[in-house]
This record gives sequence, structure tokens and C-alpha cells, in this order.
Amino acid sequence: MSFELLNKFRDPELCGKVLETLRTELSGGLRFMEVCGTHTVAIFQSGLRSLLPEEIVHLSGPGCPVCVTHESEVNAFLDLAGRDGVIMATFGDLMRVPGHQGRNLKKAQADGARVKVVYSPFDTLKLARENPGDLVVFIGVGFETTAPTIAATMKMAREQGIGNLRVLCFHKTVPAALEALLADERAGIEGFILPGHVSAIIGLEPYRFIADKYGKSAVIAGFEPLDILQALLSMVRWRNAGEARVVNSYTRIVSDAGNAKAREIMYEVFQPTDALWRGIGCIPGSGLEIRPDWESFDAGKEFGIVIEEGPALPGCKCGDILKGIKRPDECPLFKKACTPANPVGPCMVSTEGSCAAYYKYKLD
Amino acid sequence: MSDKVLLDYGSGGRASQRLISELFLKHLGNEELNRLNDAAELAVSGRIAMSTDSFTVDPIFFPGGNIGSLAVHGTVNDVAMMGAVPRFMTCAYIIEEGLPMDHLEIIVASMGEAVREAGVVIVSGDTKVVPRGAVDKIFINTTGIGEIIVDPAPSGDRARPGDAVLISGTIGDHGLTILGTREGLDFQARVESDSASLNHLLIRLVRELPEVHVLRDPTRGGLATTLNEITHSSRVGCHLDEGSLPVRPEVAGGCSILGLDPLYLANEGKFLCVLPGEDAEKALEIMRADPLGRDACRIGTMTDENPGKVALITRLGGKRLLGMLEGEQLPRIC
Repeated sequence: MSFELLNKFRDPELCGKVLETLRTELSGGLRFMEVCGTHTVAIFQSGLRSLLPEEIVHLSGPGCPVCVTHESEVNAFLDLAGRDGVIMATFGDLMRVPGHQGRNLKKAQADGARVKVVYSPFDTLKLARENPGDLVVFIGVGFETTAPTIAATMKMAREQGIGNLRVLCFHKTVPAALEALLADERAGIEGFILPGHVSAIIGLEPYRFIADKYGKSAVIAGFEPLDILQALLSMVRWRNAGEARVVNSYTRIVSDAGNAKAREIMYEVFQPTDALWRGIGCIPGSGLEIRPDWESFDAGKEFGIVIEEGPALPGCKCGDILKGIKRPDECPLFKKACTPANPVGPCMVSTEGSCAAYYKYKLD
Repeated sequence: MSDKVLLDYGSGGRASQRLISELFLKHLGNEELNRLNDAAELAVSGRIAMSTDSFTVDPIFFPGGNIGSLAVHGTVNDVAMMGAVPRFMTCAYIIEEGLPMDHLEIIVASMGEAVREAGVVIVSGDTKVVPRGAVDKIFINTTGIGEIIVDPAPSGDRARPGDAVLISGTIGDHGLTILGTREGLDFQARVESDSASLNHLLIRLVRELPEVHVLRDPTRGGLATTLNEITHSSRVGCHLDEGSLPVRPEVAGGCSILGLDPLYLANEGKFLCVLPGEDAEKALEIMRADPLGRDACRIGTMTDENPGKVALITRLGGKRLLGMLEGEQLPRIC
């Protein structure tokens, strides 16, 4: 997309007009949640949060893949990182995620573990070829956005006869998590801004239940300020008209049908399974696991990794924050025991985590 | 000489002598250095600014420069930021055994060219060769000294509410170039380091406007971190205007792809200038008259609100905190 087009979605004058209309048409408050961490950052980074009417309550959801990676999963990849003959490959986000007793990949690397930050899963193919005597283990964390590329990487590895690539598969899928949030009425969510990247893969259909079953509205939106403001205005208007709708407003990137080819590759390699979400717990059918015929790539099976729910971190409110029940600054640890330099909970770790966004962008 | 740097060249014997005379003195030689004494004798008077820095950049060659020119620019700029005329430098090389000799020659030659452009003289040096793996190709330490020509010297704790904040040009060019080259990323549009010595421009600036309160080069940590350091030291707040921040479209594009923020990327040929608001236009005129300052602009104002913090006034008119960089910037999942 051209920068000229993108700039229209950042245009201060256009945004000012929509903001004014939003103020005029807003009746009562609106509790909305943006599911995706990129939206969280966009809302803060553009300064929108300071411009939205006070009656609009902004909740940050479980759409940061780092934040929802369960502590048991974190401990699993940290344990693997120290093993002889293993090279861990990961996106940069996971480097600082704290596991048991404050361990993380940065510290593991300093202790001698071989950890390689990659920009694309395809980089792992080269890494595996260059290190034939080692196992390259890619940490498969992310939603429907990343899973197809990792599936494609596995297919390519098979085609090229690369036998030393493994994937530690902790992928999660978004719609099931949204249903879990709606089923828990404590958050009182009235509408969702749905993730653009995930929706580009899955399309509009999997979100229909939000309106049909729960009577709430949701908008697939882009990440520019105008996208977000228009999504909020739509939700206010539908509510004023007594309607609930699920709409794709990000048509410049997302088609209603999503990306069938990407889904095909994803489900050729992975299949749905129950998954543990950090702070939320087990959500049935919300994860992806490697299919039996791709088992030779499965690091979880090879190393006998068991993911199980453990005790919650004392004092940490990340679970309530991910569910929209609490705001980051309502957590007793926020900015005290928990900071980006020393994160206690996962929402403070990722640059896209809601606590990290509050810490980084909120001017007191 | 061998086509590769051998441990012999760091032995202190004949091989070392050959390396020094045939390579280092060839490119860096001058009356003082050529004496090869244990220390240099310098004629310096008045208040002195002195700065040291170590350069460990990876990759050592990048679009727009290499570790040799960078080592000069970095130290010359640090000295000049004190309102000082940089005069003398030292350089110490730690070289990994096996480094191709022609790579070393390119680095030393570009260092020679950079000191001549900056008008400084290298008066003392040192060379060590260490076994393969003990360092990554080559590390360079430089120390520079200069004579301070303004009183009081610009300092990070002298910013005052009402001061204008100026930047001498576009931000993020060096940082994105290094990250892109390191990862072998092929940006569609060319990005290039801005590495340059700023001393001639800075000296003109402080001679004409001795009221400059702060001069800083926003290197590692970028503009955001440097401004945070200034507001913290001076106990003032800063309102930074997002709409006026100069970022090349190709840098903005590269950052957007990689999930990086140009405000936190290193710059090696830019400086921040904080001075009384009424002097801002004159300062910009001086800066823009120099090729290294042609894109200079005003980007913000120091305030008495939120002391110690930088507030970014976004293009939409919103206001948010612009904090310090926490750790290094890392590429994200999606």
C-alpha cells in the first residue's frame, strides 16, 4: 500500500471530524475492547487514547501472542534452550518473556544457550542447513497470522529434505478466546475491534457468533487512527439503532472470505486442540497442534513436553487485564514490582502488551 | 605484509613495526605520531573537553561508512557537543587474527580521510591482535580532546522552560542502515548511514550563538532517549511535535516493516540543539546553510510541565509519553 493512501488514514483533519461526530452521537458510555496488541499500541502511539471521550472505556484484550503464551510453555522453551545440540530460533518478542524464577531467553543466551532471533520462519531453513549437526527448534507462538507461514516453512523443509528442523507448537486461535471473554460477563464488553492481521487469514465468518449469540458488535479494523475511530463510530451508531453487527471495515487488506490458501496450508499441518492461555486458563479448541503425519517436526513430542496449568503468579493481574476486567494501572504491581526492565507478568513483556503500552505511553 | 592480519602483527616486534609504518602511519601519520614516542606532547590551553568511545559495530562496513570513519565521527562529535574545537585524537585497534589486510587498510584509510576532514590529528595509537574469536573482526577505541570556546559550555542540565528544541536533520538513518545490513535485508529504497563529523557546523553555531544551552548527538537510544536524558538532568519537561519530526520516507517504511521506531534508532551525523526560543530561527539559518544541517528544523519546546518527561504531541493533537528505550529494539511477531 502506498504511503499516500496510508497517510489519508492518519490525516488529522479527517480524524478530527470523525472524533467530533463520535462525541456528538455518543449516548452514554461505550466499553470496547481491541483484541490485538498492534491496535493497543496504535491507540496509544497516535495519542487517540488521550483524545477519546471519557465515557468511552478502552479495554485491551488477549491479542498479544506473547502475553497469552502460558508460563508452562515459556518454561518448556527455556528448558530446551539449554540443551546440547539445540539451537532455539524465535521472533524477538520472546527474548525477554519471564519464566520460572525470572529466567528468560536473554539470560539463557548469556549462560551459553544458542538462541537465534529470526525475522521470518523461513530463516530457520537456512539455519538448519548451516548447522546439520544440531536441531533447530523454532518456537511457534502466535495466532492465525503466523501459523500458515510456519506451516509453509515445515512443508518447504520436507520438500528440501531438511531433517533437523523442529517446531515447538504453541499456536492459538482467536475466535474461541473471544467467546470465552463474552461468556464471562464481568468485563461487560459492548464491542470489539477485531484484529486485522488474523482476520486477513480467517475472514469474517468465524466472528458471526459475536452478534448472533451474544448480541454485541465487532469491527475488523485497520491500524490507523481513522480506522479505529470509524470502527468506534460504527459501534456507537449500531447501538443507538438497537442493532448488533459484525462488519469488515478493513477491506483494503482483509477480504470477507479471508485467505483460503493460507488456511489450507495451516490445516494441512496443524489441527485444532485445547490450549492454555496465560491468565485465562484452558479454552477448548483454541489451540493448534501438529498433525500426526507431520510428527517428525514436533519438538513437543520429541522432547516429551507436557503443558499444564500451575499456580498463578502472586499479585499479578494479567489474567483480569487480558479479560478486560481490570486496567493495567489497577494492578497493584504495575510500575512497582512490575516494569519492562523487570516484568512480573506477560502483559508487561511484549511491546504489544497492554501493561507495557500503559507504562510506555501513558503520561501521568 | 601478509594478506591477513596474523598474531605476529601484535607481537611488538618487526611485524608490528611493519604494520605500523606501512599501514597506520601511511594513512594517519603526522609530525607528532611519526615520532612514535610512548606518549604525545601537546600544546593545549584553557578548558579542555575530552571524550572516549569504543566502536564494536556489526557489520564493520555499511552503506555510508565503516567502523574507521565512524570511530572518528563519533568521538569528534562528542567533543564538539561541548562547544569545543576538537584538536587531537588517539586510537586503539583490537584486531581479530585473520582479518583480511585489505579490510584493515580500507578502515584505516577512511579513518585518515575522516580526521583530515574534521581537522583533527591522531597523536597516539595502539594495535593489538587477538586470537580468532576473541573479538568480532575489529574493535576500535578512540579518545578525543578539544578546546572549549564558549562559557558556560553547553550541558545536558542547562535546558530551561521555553527553550526551543532543534534537530539538525532526519532521524533513524544510521540505525536502520546497520540493522538492515546486519540482517541482510534488502530495502526497496536505499537507506544509508548519516555518519559525519559535525564539528565545523557546531563551531559556527556556538560562535554566533553562545547562548546555546544543550548540544547532544542522539546516538544509541536515539532522539527519544537523548531527550529523556536532557529533561531528566535539567528537570524540565519537553513537548515534542510529532508532525515536525524529520524522517525519510524510506526510513519510515523500513521501520514500519520491521516494527521499529525511528525515534529510538541511532544517528551518527545529527545533533540536538536546545537554546532560548528567540534564537531558534537564527540557529536554523546557520544549520541549514551547511550541507550537514540542510534538513534542520524545530521539533519541540522545553516546558515546566511534567519535569523529567518527554510528551509527544501526536499528529492528531493527542499527547502521550515518549519514554526511554528499554533494552534493544527487537523485531516483533506480527
